[in-house]
Amino acid sequence: MSIQTAAVSETDSRTEVKNTTCYMCACRCGIRVTLRDGEVRYIQGNPEHPLNKGVICAKGASGIMKQYSPARLTKPLRRKAGADRGDAEFEEISWEETFQIIADRLAHIRETDPKKFALFTGRDQMQALTGLFAKQFGTPNYAAHGGFCSVNMATGMIYTIGGSFWEFGGPDLERAKLFIMIGTAEDHHSNPMKVALSRFKRNGGRFISINPVRTGYSAIADEWVPIKPGTDNALFLAIIHELINQGLYDRDFLVQYTNAAELVNLDEASDDFGMFVRIKEMEVEEGCYDPQNKLWWDRLSDSPVNTLTEKADPFLLGEFSLEDGTPVKPSFQLLKERVEKYTPEWASTITGIPVDTIKRLAYEMGITARDEKIELPIAWTDVWGNEHDTVTGNPVAFHAMRGLAAHSNGFQSIRGLSILMTLLGTIDRPGGFRHKAPFPRPIPPCAKPPKGPQDVQPNTPLNGMPLGWPADPNDLFVDENNEPVRIDKAFSWEYPLSAHGLMHNVITNAHRGDPYSIDTLLIFMSNMAWNSTMNTDEVRKMLNDKNEDGDYKIPFIIVSDAFQSEMTAFADLILPDTTYLERHDVMSMLDRPISEYDGPVDSVRVPVVPPTGECKPFQEVLIELGARLKLPAFVNDKGAKKYRNYPDFITNYEVEPGSGIGFLAGWRGKGGEQFMKGEPNPSQWEMYEKNNCVFHYELPKSYQYMRNWNRGYLKWAQEHRLTRYEEPINIHIYSEVLQKFRLAAQGKRAGKQPPAHLRKRIETHFDPLPFYSETLEGQLTDKHKYPLNALTQRPMAMYHSWDSQNAWLRQIHTYNYLYLHPSLGQKHGFGDGDWIWVESMHGKVRCMCRFSEAVEPGTVWTWNSIGKASGAWGLDKDANESKQGFLLNHLIAEELPAGEDGDHLSNSDPLSGQAGWYDVRVRVYKADETDEKISWPQFDSMPALPGTGIRRKWQAYFAGKFTRGK
Amino acid sequence: MTQLALIIDLNVCVGCHACVTSCKEWNTSGAAGTMCDDNPYGQDPTGTFFNRVQTYEVGQFPYTETVHFPKSCLHCEEPPCVPVCPTGASYKREKDGIVLVDYDKCIGCRYCSWACPYGVREIDEHEKVMKKCTLCVDRIYDESLPEAERKPACVLACPTSARLFGDVHDPQSEVSVTIREEGGYALMPEWGTKPSNHYLPRRKTRMHIHEDELVRADNPLKKEQREHAEPIDATTLDDSTSW
Repeated sequence: MSIQTAAVSETDSRTEVKNTTCYMCACRCGIRVTLRDGEVRYIQGNPEHPLNKGVICAKGASGIMKQYSPARLTKPLRRKAGADRGDAEFEEISWEETFQIIADRLAHIRETDPKKFALFTGRDQMQALTGLFAKQFGTPNYAAHGGFCSVNMATGMIYTIGGSFWEFGGPDLERAKLFIMIGTAEDHHSNPMKVALSRFKRNGGRFISINPVRTGYSAIADEWVPIKPGTDNALFLAIIHELINQGLYDRDFLVQYTNAAELVNLDEASDDFGMFVRIKEMEVEEGCYDPQNKLWWDRLSDSPVNTLTEKADPFLLGEFSLEDGTPVKPSFQLLKERVEKYTPEWASTITGIPVDTIKRLAYEMGITARDEKIELPIAWTDVWGNEHDTVTGNPVAFHAMRGLAAHSNGFQSIRGLSILMTLLGTIDRPGGFRHKAPFPRPIPPCAKPPKGPQDVQPNTPLNGMPLGWPADPNDLFVDENNEPVRIDKAFSWEYPLSAHGLMHNVITNAHRGDPYSIDTLLIFMSNMAWNSTMNTDEVRKMLNDKNEDGDYKIPFIIVSDAFQSEMTAFADLILPDTTYLERHDVMSMLDRPISEYDGPVDSVRVPVVPPTGECKPFQEVLIELGARLKLPAFVNDKGAKKYRNYPDFITNYEVEPGSGIGFLAGWRGKGGEQFMKGEPNPSQWEMYEKNNCVFHYELPKSYQYMRNWNRGYLKWAQEHRLTRYEEPINIHIYSEVLQKFRLAAQGKRAGKQPPAHLRKRIETHFDPLPFYSETLEGQLTDKHKYPLNALTQRPMAMYHSWDSQNAWLRQIHTYNYLYLHPSLGQKHGFGDGDWIWVESMHGKVRCMCRFSEAVEPGTVWTWNSIGKASGAWGLDKDANESKQGFLLNHLIAEELPAGEDGDHLSNSDPLSGQAGWYDVRVRVYKADETDEKISWPQFDSMPALPGTGIRRKWQAYFAGKFTRGK
Repeated sequence: MTQLALIIDLNVCVGCHACVTSCKEWNTSGAAGTMCDDNPYGQDPTGTFFNRVQTYEVGQFPYTETVHFPKSCLHCEEPPCVPVCPTGASYKREKDGIVLVDYDKCIGCRYCSWACPYGVREIDEHEKVMKKCTLCVDRIYDESLPEAERKPACVLACPTSARLFGDVHDPQSEVSVTIREEGGYALMPEWGTKPSNHYLPRRKTRMHIHEDELVRADNPLKKEQREHAEPIDATTLDDSTSW
C-alpha cells in the first residue's frame, strides 16, 4: 500500500457522518462520528459544540476500541444453578424471561415492602430517570454514585454559595488573572478545563496548583505548592486569617451579598443562641429561601437596623447589645474570632507549606482581587431594585474537586474554600466563580427527602424525592426513634446532609441487615465488587455470603452493564447495556446538564450504530419494567404501557401532566417554538439532531452575572420554571442551617433529636463556621505505625475502571506503580521499581514502587482503577492489569473503627456522607525476595461470560473490514 | 520550498494523550494504516503508534517540574533515515518536506529506524514494513474536508491547542512567528538533522507584591472603628476640677 498525495476521499458513498455526544468519561463533549461500511471510521470533536469546540481527548478518540471490545456483554445472562456468586458461571436467557423474572420479583416487593428493593447506579448521567423509577416504585433506597464521588463539593458549596463546581459552575478563566487549582481529579472537568487552561496561560494568567502530587494540569502550573492530604482547610483558614488581618477582603461584596454583617444572637441562655436575630414584627412568607428579616448594626446611626434599610452601612466587626440586652455580633466578627488561632505559622505545621508561601498566597489572591478589578459595561438591576452601570469582577478563580471532597473533613474544607472565594468577592462575577443553569439555587435547594417511614407505603410512589437537601433537623428521614429509614442511612443523624446518598455502605449494611435486610439489589454500571467499593475483598465475600438456611444474605442481585466488570461475576441476572454509540440519552436540566456560564445548555445522544447482539439500553429496561409493574408514570389510564420506548418517553413525559416541563428543555411546544417549558414536541429529537445534539440558550448579558441577586435573571428563572422564588440567594458565611442541627444536639431545639451517642458528633461537626479537624480515620489511626497518606489520581487517558478493555488505552496504562519519594526507599531499604508492601490498619497490598520527586514526601499515590481482577474486562487471565496492577481499595475501609461515636459508622464525612477515600494512612516496606513477583491479593480468574467477544492475539483495525474480517 | 511541520508547546501540554489516540484512530483506517496491536487483550500489549507522549520529572522536590513530551517524526530537513534506505522506500517529499515511507518498496530492514536518532519509526511486524507519522498527508490535501479540518488529526484533537501545524519555511506563517517569538527550539541540533518540528519551552508568570499594597488608604478595616464611643465611666478632669 502506498501513500498517495491525492488523498483517499473520506466522503464517498460508503461513509456516513453523524453527530452525537461522547461518553468515554462524564465530560459529555460533542462528537462527530464517521462510519465506513457501517463501522466506526473516525470520532472527532464536534467543532460546533459549545462544550469542547472541536477538541477531543485520548479516551474520546479511542471510542472505536470500546465499541468493538471483546469485553462487551451481548446477551442477558442468568447465574447457573449450583454456581456460586463470583464464579461467573452463567447461561443465556431471553429478554422476555429476564423481564418476567424481574417483574414478578419486584411486583411482590412493591406490594409488600417496597424498601426491600434497592437501586443504586454509577456515573450514569440519567439520574432523573433512575430517580423517577425509584420514586414511582416507592422505594427510598435509591442513589447514584455521588456519595462516594464528590458530594462534599456539591453540599459544601451549595450550602454556602448556592452553586458548586463542575456541572453547576466553575472558574471563569476567560477573565481571571490568577487561578488556583486545588485537589482536582483530572477528569472533572476534562476537555473544557484543558481548553480554558491553555487560553488562560497564553493570555498571561498566573496558575498556581496546590496538590500533593504534580501530574497533569499541575505540571503546567506556574507554581506547584505541595500540600499534605486532608489539610486543605488549615490552608484556607490561614489564608482567611491573613486576608482579614490585612484588610484584603471585599467589604462591599460581603455587606451586600452575604450574611457577614447580620447579627447573631450570642445569649447563651437562649434557645436561639447562634441564630440570626429576627425582627419579630416583620411579616415574612414561609418558603424555601432566606427571609430578609435580619438585623445589621448601622455604622452611621450606631443602632440596629433591618438589612434592607436604605443607605445603612453595617459594621462587619464589633460586639453590640440589643435594647433587650441580648449580646450580638455580626457573623463576620465571629469568623474573625474563629480564624484568630489559625495563623500561617499554625497552618504550616499541618499542611507542610512554608509560612511565607501561605502568606504570599493570601496576598496574591487579595491584591489581585482588589487591584486588577474588571468593570464590564453591562448594566443590571439587583433584586432590591438598585441599578448598576457595570458588572464588577475580582479576577481570582478557583477550581477544586475530589482532592478536597474525598476526606471526612471535606464538607468543612469546602465551606472554607467557598468562604475564601466569597471574601475575595468572586461569586458569579467575571474572572471568578460563575454559575451554570439551573444554578444558583436557594441555600439549601428546595427538594427534600421523605420525612419518615410513613412516606414509604406498599403499591404507592414514595412521598418525597429519594434525595434532597435538608434545611432543618425536621427534614431528616428517620423513624420515631430517630433511626435511619434508608438502607444507606442517608439523611439520618449519622450523615444528615447526605444529598447523594451513601452507595459505598449499601452492600455492607444490606449484608448485616442494618438497619434491615433487603431482597433485591439492582446495580447499574457501577463496579461495586472492585474499584467502586471500599474494602473490596470483604465486600466480595459479603456479596457471596449466605444465611444458615443457605439463602444469600442479599437474596437477589441484578447488574446492568455494557462490559464484563468484576461486579457482573456476582450477579444473579446480567442485563447487557448498550454503548454510548448505540443509544439515545439525554443530558437533562432535571439532572446535570452541560450548561455554560452564559446560559442553560442540554444535549442528547443519538444512536450512530445499531445495538450489538441483544444489548438493550438500561433506559428501555426501566421503561418496560415501569409498565409491567404499572408504576403510575409509566402507564396510561387503562394501565397499559404509556411510552413506546425511551425516545417516546423523553418526548412526551412531563414532570406534572400539563406542566410543560420535561427532560429536554429545547424545542418544546408543538412546533418547537418554546424552550425550558412548553408542550411536548413530537419532532424534538430531530431538532436536537439537526442542531449538533445541543440546545443552548444564551441569556441576555445583563442576566449572566450576579445571578444570586440579579432581578432580571431571577425573574427569568422563575418565569421559565427553573426556580419557584425570585428571592435573593445571600451567601452563607455563617451557616444557620448547621447551627440548627447543633442546637438540636444541644437539646435546645424541639423536633427530631439525635440519638444520645451521636449528640457530640453532631455538635462538633455542625459548626456554623468552618473549622479544621483532622480526618476521622486519621484521628483513629496510630500514625507512628502508619505515617503516610495514600491516595489515587485519575489518569487522563482512562476513566475509572472502564478502559482496560480498550486495546489502545490499555497500552498507555497497562499497570500501575505506587509512586513515592525516594527518601522512603532509602529509609526502608528498597529501590526504584522494587516490589513492596503497602499496609494500612485494614489490610495490605503488594505492588511495585516508582520513585518520584513530584510527590509530597509524606504521601504515596497510584493511578486509580488500573488494577483488575484476573479475567475481568475481557482480558487474558495473565494480563498485566491483574498481575502487576493493583487496587488501593483493599487498604480502605467502608466503616470507621469503633469509637466513642459508636460502631459501624461509615468512613465518611459526618455531615454529607462523602466517602473518605483519601483519609487512609499506610506504611510501606520491602517485599521479601522470595515473594512472588505479582501483585497481591490475587483472585480466582473470571471466565469469559457467554456472549462476550473473541480476543485476538493481534489485530489491525481498519474501518469497514474489522468485524467482518474475523 | 514548503516545509510542513508541527510546533509543540510544552508550556500548555498536560500529557493527556489525545494526540496519541486520535492519530491512531485516524491513521489505522487511513492511507498509512493499518496500525496493528499485538496482545491487545493479553500480557504486555504493544502496538503501532506514530506519536507517543513521554513524561519526565526534572529537579528535586519541591522544585520539581513534570514535563509531558509528545514525540513523533520530526520531518527533518536532513533526514538520516532517507539515505540509509536500500530500496528508496524512505523519502522526503520535494513538495512539502514530509518524510514518508513507500510501503510497496519497503522491505522492513529497519536501517532507517537505526539511523533515526529520535526513535520515531515503528516497524509493523505483520506487514513487514516501516511506518511513521505522515503529518496526516491523507487529510491535509483532502478537499472534501472543510478547510479548517485539513490538519493532522493530532492538531485537531489537542485540547490545549499545544500543537500548531504549518510551513516553517514561510517566515510569515503562524508557526514561524511562534518559533521566532516564543523561543521555539529543535531537538538535538548537534546531530545536524535539522528537525522541522519544534518545541516551545515552559514560560512562567510571576507576581510581584509591593509592601504598600498591603497597607492602602482604602483598607476596609478602617471602617470598623466605632464613631460614637460609649460614655466613659472612669474619672476625668470634668469630674475633678472647675478651672
